[in-house]
Amino acid sequence: MSTLIELRDITKIYGQGQASFKALHGVNMSIEQGDFVAIMGPSGSGKSTAMNILGCLDVPTDGEYLFSDVHVEALSRNERALLRRHYLGFVFQGFNLLARTSAQENVELPLLYRGESSLDRHAAAEAALRQVGLEGWGHHTPAELSGGQQQRVAIARAIVTNPTILLADEPTGNLDTKTSNEIMALLTSLNEDKGITVLMVTHEPDMAEYAKRIIHFVDGNIDSDIRNRAIDSKRSVA
Amino acid sequence: MLWSSFLLALREVRRNLLRSFLTILGIVIGVSAVITMVTLGNGATQAVKNQVASLGSNLLQIRTGQRMMGPPGGGATGAPSFSLEDVEAIRNQISGLAAVAPEVSKSATVVSMSNNWSTSVTGTTNDFFIAGSWKIAAGRTFTDAEEKAGQTVCLIGETIRKELFGTQQPVGESLRVNNFSCEIIGILTSKGQASMGRDQDDTVIMPIKAVQRRLAGNHNVSSIQVSVKSENDITRVTEELTSLLRERRRLGDDKDDNFNVLDTRQITEALSGTTQILTMLLAAVASVSLLVGGIGIMNIMLVSVTERTREIGIRLAIGALEREVLLQFLIEAVVLSSLGGAVGVGLATLASLALSQVMNVPYTFNVGINLLSFVFSAGIGVLFGYMPAKRAARLDPIDALRHE
Repeated sequence: MSTLIELRDITKIYGQGQASFKALHGVNMSIEQGDFVAIMGPSGSGKSTAMNILGCLDVPTDGEYLFSDVHVEALSRNERALLRRHYLGFVFQGFNLLARTSAQENVELPLLYRGESSLDRHAAAEAALRQVGLEGWGHHTPAELSGGQQQRVAIARAIVTNPTILLADEPTGNLDTKTSNEIMALLTSLNEDKGITVLMVTHEPDMAEYAKRIIHFVDGNIDSDIRNRAIDSKRSVA
Repeated sequence: MLWSSFLLALREVRRNLLRSFLTILGIVIGVSAVITMVTLGNGATQAVKNQVASLGSNLLQIRTGQRMMGPPGGGATGAPSFSLEDVEAIRNQISGLAAVAPEVSKSATVVSMSNNWSTSVTGTTNDFFIAGSWKIAAGRTFTDAEEKAGQTVCLIGETIRKELFGTQQPVGESLRVNNFSCEIIGILTSKGQASMGRDQDDTVIMPIKAVQRRLAGNHNVSSIQVSVKSENDITRVTEELTSLLRERRRLGDDKDDNFNVLDTRQITEALSGTTQILTMLLAAVASVSLLVGGIGIMNIMLVSVTERTREIGIRLAIGALEREVLLQFLIEAVVLSSLGGAVGVGLATLASLALSQVMNVPYTFNVGINLLSFVFSAGIGVLFGYMPAKRAARLDPIDALRHE
């Protein structure tokens, strides 16, 4: 497996002077193509900050971030937006779908910015909805869908562009256990069947168990970084 | 990119129908109120000008007494009236005149068959029709012989014709005026209401000598209408008339004029000045509704900032460029605002047309006020649609997403 992401000595400081707060203290990390990584840690441990930097939504104060050998920390705002547009897919805790907009149109949104024809958009969005098990729900607006269904729409929106990596920030944070397990099963199948690298922030150990690799953050540093032996052995058996 | 942003913007307008409708409504009300008020006000001013113009063009009216100063009507008492010799003197000694018409008016009851009507009978000459811009609808004016002899022939106004003859043809019929009878030789074309509400068509015109002899019983001329050929000559003619009449009335240098020369342009100015003030008042009231409309637009746009900020966060996170998001919101604001402005202009045109019919004032499309109110309200719409979006698009996507 090739290295997709490499963080070198990443530091992030919020604010200035007396009021400044150091969220990350020189983090080093590398993520392989096709991996499924869960980032865990208590609140304020820097896991969300790390996620925002990994998702190219934020830039580190210091250090190097290589995405497929591209120095992300040196990119402009617009260049980072283009990177997100073409290689990244996002799933948020709060779903963040456009209100009063059909599932179909929500899923088509990223394709609009890629300038694809309406026929292509339509076909791709339908395929993505089928993949997340929402075939035939395209005309429903978010208000008409359950939490689990909304998160499925959000996942469909994230994968409709065939991204290299899927970033999920507490994807099960607003869902009950049963629905959470369904969402995790969906992410696992995307990782295994489509080969999409998945990077997930969670504070629930049960959910982290779905990942191949679990990284613990404490006080802005990586505390532990372990291979999930249980799942590896389970998979090798299967 | 422009086209796809345009499609995105239209999609947004459709998605937020209620918000779009309310934004448009604010603009529509503001624009149409201002345009309608100003258009009607201008129409009223024009109507007043038209009515004064219908009195005759470049017209000077000479009356006895001092000009409208002191107690009402007080100036006229004691001042000697004019005579036909004064009229002749004016005609002979002052150049550049189109018509000089003496006037003496008496009220009288006119009777034809079983119908009677109370009206005013004016004695004058054929010059009266030139000075007052009267047209003859049927029949003819006076002959020289009729004027000289003061024969009892008359022309009648439209109101008299309607009241006394109805559908019948009156030319050649005889009309009884008080205790004598006269032959109707012509009918005047209708002029309608004068500016002061007096019905100009409620009149009977006769040779002046006939009225002097049969109704007045003296040789007085109560007023003289002078029509000047060229507008440029009005000032000169006024001065010459004044000095000629002062001389004829033997007024010393220390005496004030005991007559006055009234320029109808002054009436026009005075009356249209009044209606212009009313127009400005109406426009001021309407501006308030434009302002309220503008505040409505601001409200709706600002209230939706939270939702829009999150939306902008989503768009930025999935890879939209700042300028793409801004262009989309700008186009959305422009489309909504200009749509509202256009509907407002259309509505104002319809309302102005309908109301000007009802109020009986002429309708003119005023480009200035249409443009001004359109630009003002559309400007507010664009500004308050665009500014919050601009602020939101500058945020980091994560901050925009967290916006509460």
